[in-house]
Amino acid sequence: MKSFEYVITDPVGIHARPAGILVKEIKKYASTVTVAKGEKSVNALKLMALMGMGIKQGDTVKVTVDGADEDTAFAAIQDFFKNNF
Amino acid sequence: MISIQGKGVSTGVAMGPLYYYQRAKSTIRRYEVADIEAEWNRFKAAQAKAIEQLGALADKAREEAGDDAAMLFETHQMMAEDMDYEEAIEGLIKESLLNAEAAVTDTAAQFADMFAQMDDSYMQARAADVKDVSGRIIGILTGVVQGGIDSPVPVILAADDLAPSETVQLDKSKILGFVTEGGSGSSHTAILARTMGIPAIIGVGDQLKPEYEGREVIVDGSTGAVVVDADESTRSMLMAKREEQLKRQKLLEELKGKENVTRDGQKIKVFCNIGNPEDVPVVLSNDGGGIGLFRSEFLYLNCSDYPTEDYQFEAYKKVLSDMGDKEVVIRTLDIGADKQIDYFELPKEENPAMGNRALRICLNRPEILVTSVWEVKEARKMCELVKKELTEEGKPFADDVQIGIMIETPAAAVMSDRLAKLVDFFSCGTNDLTQYTLACDRQNNDLGRFFNPHHPAVLRLLKMVCDNAHKNGVWVGICGELGADLDLTETFLSIGIDELSVSPRAVLPLRQKIREVTVSEVKEKVLADLFSDENTI
Repeated sequence: MKSFEYVITDPVGIHARPAGILVKEIKKYASTVTVAKGEKSVNALKLMALMGMGIKQGDTVKVTVDGADEDTAFAAIQDFFKNNF
Repeated sequence: MISIQGKGVSTGVAMGPLYYYQRAKSTIRRYEVADIEAEWNRFKAAQAKAIEQLGALADKAREEAGDDAAMLFETHQMMAEDMDYEEAIEGLIKESLLNAEAAVTDTAAQFADMFAQMDDSYMQARAADVKDVSGRIIGILTGVVQGGIDSPVPVILAADDLAPSETVQLDKSKILGFVTEGGSGSSHTAILARTMGIPAIIGVGDQLKPEYEGREVIVDGSTGAVVVDADESTRSMLMAKREEQLKRQKLLEELKGKENVTRDGQKIKVFCNIGNPEDVPVVLSNDGGGIGLFRSEFLYLNCSDYPTEDYQFEAYKKVLSDMGDKEVVIRTLDIGADKQIDYFELPKEENPAMGNRALRICLNRPEILVTSVWEVKEARKMCELVKKELTEEGKPFADDVQIGIMIETPAAAVMSDRLAKLVDFFSCGTNDLTQYTLACDRQNNDLGRFFNPHHPAVLRLLKMVCDNAHKNGVWVGICGELGADLDLTETFLSIGIDELSVSPRAVLPLRQKIREVTVSEVKEKVLADLFSDENTI
């Protein structure tokens, strides 16, 4: 299990389009990706729940990658966050 | 053989299977299910079909507008298969024994609520996406078809009546003719049929029965006859008539390229009415001299939210460039009354024909105006403002665009001497001018026989408008249905109308008529008739 913390810089936060692309990205890997903000955490494959967290610019999220291919997935997901959120 | 009589509002003969327009049901049935596994599978099948449809839409969007456009549909796909969404539906079906339609409706409401309650306007707007996706699944579950027609072959389309937004979304390649229970000669079904050059019969009432669906019908738009399972002699008679009409059409095509000029040399422009950029090819193939009325509201009816300025710009640009150096008259947004759009959220009115419609909406809501409009003093000011903005933004624009107004109310006709000083042209909408002058609702089927655009009150107003316009060097067009009425061509030529804008298919018949008239021979009598004691309509 590996995790990283990330501060959202995108002005609209985790909105529908990039969240959708994130789901597509995660589906490439076997690992489970969890996004947590404060107490709340969701499986990032659950598009609507992820959007429902209302993650905004300036929020810090903790992203956890857990599974057989977590090393490759971790790098890819981290890049994805930097490029999209 | 079953013969039904209605009122023909667009000529032509067509034969094909009868097909009822499929409309979304506004109420969803709720019931307890006995076989929960079967119900769950019913949902899974509908969900899979929705995902497949959205995939096809995404592919189409990607081809036409790129990856960004496709992403919307892909996001909708993900919502349709979202785990939480699916679990909620599963719970309602398997634990509350709710039928699939009701389970999707309730789940949609729950998720839409979640988005609506977020403190972020972007996320609040996502509630609409959830409803859209769910609506698609419910549509599949209840057997409703997107666009109203799901048939491999072209059909004679039957409906109670069609709303303007429904006519816009029809797959026109699938329609041979229309039969409607209600409607009027100036309803949108009738106008669409005339634009397409196919027959339409309205007002058949309950003579047309749903059990006729799928049976072969022949419709004759010139007599208003609808024949189900025609016998051999009727069938050959109507088919001969169809041949005859096609021959006439061919003869008319010989008039292509000829001038619209009377025997004694008076010229008149014959332009076309269109509602979409896609209508331009029909205008050109029928030899329309220009566009006398581009109904811009159809741009709005096609969208589920306000169309962007860029979208409108592209639509107008396409029409202008496709028309080359021919004139194009764009009418500013005319909604309200019989043309309703959900996202404008117009309050319900007792009498919408006289209510918040057309320019009145635009002047009440400048955010709509800025992307589309001009009209008289207020609108001219708005127009100058827009030009100033464009100059400041460094965007080039044509500064020699003519500005005209619609004359559709008796008030505008009576004041036309003053209005003529403010504009470059008048365009007379005769359907509305008739309804307001005669105080006669054009949508009301029962009033059909009182709705008489030949009424001297209407024609006198048109003459007054013409006289006032010409005194001020302003030109006058007619863009209502009346322009194509060959019984009035002599009248229009006599009062000096400069332009007639008609359905593309009406251009050549009108040209034929114009070329047969000698204005100097008929003018005196026509004008005298308008004010004659004998004229007692």
